[in-house]
Parts: sequence; structure tokens; C-alpha cells
Amino acid sequence: MNPSLLSIRNLHARVGDREVLRGIELDVPVGEVHAIMGPNGSGKSSLSNVLGGKPGYEVTAGTVTYRGRDLLAMAPEERAREGLFLGFQYPVEIPGVNNTYLLRAALNAARRHRGQPEVDAYDFLELVRARAQLMKLDESFLSRGVNEGFSGGEKKRNEILQMLVLEPVLAVLDETDSGLDIDALKVVADGINRQRSPERALVLVTHYQRLLDHVAPDRVHVLAGGRIVKSAGPELARELEQRGYDWLLEEAA
Amino acid sequence: MSAQDIHLDTVLARGYQHGFVTDIESDTVPPGLDEETIRFISAKKKEPQFLLDWRLRALERWFTMKEPHWGKLKYKPIDYQAISYYSAPKAKTDGPKSLSEVDPKLLATYEKLGVPLHERARLAGVAVDAVFDSVSVATTFKDRLAAAGVVFCPFSEAVQTHPELVEQYLGTVVPYGDNFFAALNSAAFTDGSFVYIPPGVRCPMELSTYFRINAAKTGQFERTLIIADKGSHVSYLEGCTAPMRDENQLHAAVVELVALDDAQIKYSTVQNWYPGDEQGRGGIYNFVTKRGECRGRNSKISWTQVETGSAITWKYPSCVLRGENSVGEFYSVAVTNNYQQADTGTKMIHLGANTRSTIISKGISAGHAHNTYRGLVSVMPGATGARNFTQCDSLLIGGQCGAHTVPYIETRNPQAIVEHEASTSRIGEDQLFYCLQRGLSEEDAVNMIVSGFCRTVLKELPMEFAVEAQNLLAVSLEGAVG
Repeated sequence: MNPSLLSIRNLHARVGDREVLRGIELDVPVGEVHAIMGPNGSGKSSLSNVLGGKPGYEVTAGTVTYRGRDLLAMAPEERAREGLFLGFQYPVEIPGVNNTYLLRAALNAARRHRGQPEVDAYDFLELVRARAQLMKLDESFLSRGVNEGFSGGEKKRNEILQMLVLEPVLAVLDETDSGLDIDALKVVADGINRQRSPERALVLVTHYQRLLDHVAPDRVHVLAGGRIVKSAGPELARELEQRGYDWLLEEAA
Repeated sequence: MSAQDIHLDTVLARGYQHGFVTDIESDTVPPGLDEETIRFISAKKKEPQFLLDWRLRALERWFTMKEPHWGKLKYKPIDYQAISYYSAPKAKTDGPKSLSEVDPKLLATYEKLGVPLHERARLAGVAVDAVFDSVSVATTFKDRLAAAGVVFCPFSEAVQTHPELVEQYLGTVVPYGDNFFAALNSAAFTDGSFVYIPPGVRCPMELSTYFRINAAKTGQFERTLIIADKGSHVSYLEGCTAPMRDENQLHAAVVELVALDDAQIKYSTVQNWYPGDEQGRGGIYNFVTKRGECRGRNSKISWTQVETGSAITWKYPSCVLRGENSVGEFYSVAVTNNYQQADTGTKMIHLGANTRSTIISKGISAGHAHNTYRGLVSVMPGATGARNFTQCDSLLIGGQCGAHTVPYIETRNPQAIVEHEASTSRIGEDQLFYCLQRGLSEEDAVNMIVSGFCRTVLKELPMEFAVEAQNLLAVSLEGAVG
């Protein structure tokens, strides 16, 4: 087995008085794609948010090691510059801020962090245009405000576009498949498959099996009640699709 | 206080960077305002009789008026008799004829403010009429302007060289009895700028004036008069910074714009006067009357302002749309932080047929500041086919500040179309986190979000000013891509 890119041990976290994560154990080796599935309210989005360092989540116990470092000690922007990318379930609108401008600022922040020179405007535009084409996003999206007036599907494709430009080491995609029609799902899946590489890893957080028909995971984990209750190979996703989550919850109880 | 609020204290409340006082002997009259003071000022400037008479009528009216208190502003009473009404840098003879005659200390002051006169004038092709305290000390590019027939000079000079224009237009847009502060200004104004663009002339460069307040306890009463004759165009830039000091300083300027048939005036302001310290001590009191009249048909007046300074701002750049098909515009960004208070907005008075107006106001409040938009859209019976569109957006940063919107709409013409949109939002924690998760620093993220919020106004600014506006807002504007 490859060395772990992400290693989570006994992770507990809460929002206010509510405990949302209750002892997560997870290892994601480099080069692999892991799916985290589970019913609504099981803690899937909480896990993504804690990994990203979203304010409002308090880690009460446990450790998260990312590329050999203590992830929880890093500021959100540092995590991002170290190659951790969060694909948001509900990407926020930032009116008046140019989509391409944000993306270029993001790429340059990471490049500066790595000691690389900033990308020049012309090269950057070439890169973004090529990636946007892959995501079947019209060029006009590039000059619009960040997610401003985008449909649900356009927002998700924009998230994947950002991922393809930033080329993160670890991408955690939170319900990226929700709200997509079948064509858009295919486009998003193509984008995700493009990101796969022996040097990188992906964590797909999803409620349904359907994304996994297009992106074959190496491992599938079921999250329930803030804990991983079962881990197995890709066959688990199909079993869940047929049997639902209830039998697992009963097993775990 | 959340981490976000603490951060914003550093971004938006970054120390005032123009706080210094230049040591120049001032020729200052004793405090107090009476007929003698007015006669002194008028005599000092060798003014013609009509102007002295006008000042004295204004003074007489002012004595009968009361300071207005309808604005949402709180401040200690101003003792108008404790203020000195005239202060001028000591002149060697009758004032400098060129830059080389200007006091080097003055020039150094401008350098510190980022207004290197020679540089700026040469590189940017901008004529700078720099007002230091009350007397204009340096004017550049006069020859080029003169060749186009454009008059751009200190007000006091225009009184000598073009008395007939001054007499014809002064007080025709803002009469001396218009309001308390306008009356005070009309009586006691010391200097300002005068612009006349002859018929059919497109002014060959942006006209720019930098205002400074320097001598202690000296009120500033600038008077600006801009006349765009038939078919002419002019873009005028006004920028303000003031040195740091501990006591409140009063500023009550009057700006009058007149646009005749087919003429266009674009008036842009970046205002960065000392806003007071974190506890709300000190800072400029800014009570300004700015009004333009579209007197001729198809004329257009556009106000763009970026207001970041002053402890108190009371300011409503307005348009009187008299000429048929005339257009009035008001684009404003007002940022208040700490204990700053701003009560600002515009009036669009539709008199002529098919007149149109647009109002875009962006208010940003942080700290304990209060930011009020106060506007009037008035459509008179003759303004058939008049249209107005108003959009007022407020952005709140932190939990201690306030935003208020007070729009008045009066229409006496049943065919007028008046639209008003308003929104109030907090700078979103979700927006901030989104940017951080993409690797941006908090400072860059806030700047970017604020800049996006103000974008529709900032893009109205001339290029020369956009840079200054960005610095003032501590924003990094959008780059060349996209």
C-alpha cells in the first residue's frame, strides 16, 4: 500500500453544542480515490468542512496528518496552498468579483507558496480556456462574477474547473454530483477522472451511487452518526444502492 | 469579536497615512466671523464690489439661519466664532508665477501625499491646481489649456481675469441662502477653482485639484464653479487628504456646475480627509453643498465619489435637470469605519421633459460607524417622460455598525417612471471561507469582496483616480485578465 496522504485518527468535532464527528478513522493513500457515503446528517459535510478549516467547527479530539504535517495546526489558506482543495456543495456567489481573477489569484497564491514565479496573464488565460472547454463551460463564464447567477449545475462545473486549474494534491469534493442532470454528471465525472494521478488523491463525498458509475473508487466508506461504520471495495457502493443505509445503521448500532 | 472582525480592524482601519503638518508661517486672521472679517478677506483678494456685496448679503442671511440637524449625525456643537476664517501661506510677492517659485516645503508636502506635481503633470497630462489652505499656490499646464480656450484657475484669479463670468454664474445653482453651510461658504469662502469650457471644446486633459487642510483651527471654505458652454466636455477630478491632528476641523465647500446645451461635465471625487482616531477623536467635519444644473437640452452631469474620510460627512451632490433630455448620474462609494458618520446621497430634480437620472450608491460600514444614504428623486409636472433608476446597497462588516437608507421620492407627473432597489448584506463568512479555501490571504479576500461590491461605481472613475481609489479602499482591483 502506498503511504497515506491523509491520515485521520479518532477525530471528534462539534458545532456549538452539537457533536458532529465522533471518532473518525480514515487513511487515504496517495494515488487513490475514496468515496465517503452516508445518509443525510451523518457528518459528511462536517468532515469536509473540518478538513478545510471552516470557522465554527471545533475539533475536540483526534489528529489529522496531511503530507506528514499536522493539518489542524494550519490556517485554511495554508491548507489550500499545500494542495488541499475543497469542492463545495453550495458554492457561494461573490458579486462583482471576476471568476478568472479569483482563480488566477488562487493559483498565484499557491505558486508563491511553492517558490514558483507567478503565472503570466496570457499563459493563464490559455490554461483556463482549455480547462473551461473540458468542462463545457462557455467562455463568457470566465468573465462573469464568481458563481454570480450560475445555475446549480454551472456552479458545480465551475468547482471542477477550479480544481483542474489548481491541480491540488488532495481534492475533497462535497456532493459535487447533487443537482446535476445526466449530461452534466458525465462532464463532471470526466473532470474528476482527469484529476486522478499516482501523485494525487481524491475524496468523493456523496449520497448516491450514480457518480461512482463514472468514477470508479478504490475504497468506499460509510459514514453514520459521525463515525465510519464500514469500509470496503467499490462493490460496497453497489450494495448500498440496492439495500439502502438502514441495514448498516442497524449493524452499527 | 470574531476573528473576522479583528482582521477587518487591520485592513480597513489601517492607520491614516497622511498625518503630518507642514510648518509654514500662516497669514491668519483672529478667530470670529463678522462684517469686518468679510471685508478683510475681500480686500485681501482685491475683489470687485459685486462680490463683496454678495458676500455681505450671504453673511446677513447666515446670521438668520440655524445649523440643520435632520441628518443622522451626532457631533458636539461647532463654535463658529472660534474659527479663523482666513489663512494663507506667506507669499514672497504676489504669489508664485511658476513651480520654481513655490515654497519647497509645500512641494515636499505634496510629495508625501503622493502628488509629485512635476511628475504627475508631465507623465499623466493632468493639470493640477493645488489648493494649500486657502490660496492656490501652483497651477500647471495653463498654456495648453489656454490654447484650447479653457479657463482653469484659482477662483480668486478668475475674479480678476473673468469677473463677468463669475458675476453671471456665481450662486445661480447654489444661491447664497440655499442652506446654512452654503450661506457660511458664500460669505467667507477664500478660494477654490474656476473652470470655463468654451462652446464646442472638448477639454484636452482631465482637470485635477488636490485639496489640503493645514493650518490649525482654520475652517476651509472652498468655492468651485465649473461652466461647460454649449457642446463642450470636461472631466474634473477632486482629491483630498489632510494632516493628522487632534481637534475637529470644519470644512464647508460649495461646488456649482453649469452645463449648457449638449454639454457634459463629469465630476469625480476621492475624499480621504482625516477621519478621527479609533476612539472617534479628532477628524474633519465635512459639510458640503455640491450641485450641478443641466441648464441646456441634451446636457449631462455625472458625479462619482469615493468617500473614505472625515469624521462627519454631510454631502449630497445633486443634479437639477432643467434642460430637455438632460441626464444626471450619481455613483457613490462611502466607507465608514471606527466612529465615522456619513449622511450622504443625492438629489435628482427632474424639471424638463424626458430627463433621465441614475443613482448607484454603495455604503460600507465597519467598526462603530454609521452610514446613511439619503436621497431625493423629484419629478415636477413639466418632466413628462422622466425616468429614474436608483440602487442603494449597504455592506456591513462586524456587528457594531449601522446602515440606513432614506430615499424620498416625489413625483408630480403621472407618466414618470421611478425605480428604487435597495439591499443590505453582511460580508459573508461563507464568501470569506471560499476565498481562503482557494488559498487567498484574509486581507486579499476582504479586499476582493469589497472591491467586487463597489465595482459598478469604481469603473466610473477616470483611470488616474482608480489607482487612488483602490488604495483608499485597500482593495486590489481586478487584473488585466477577463
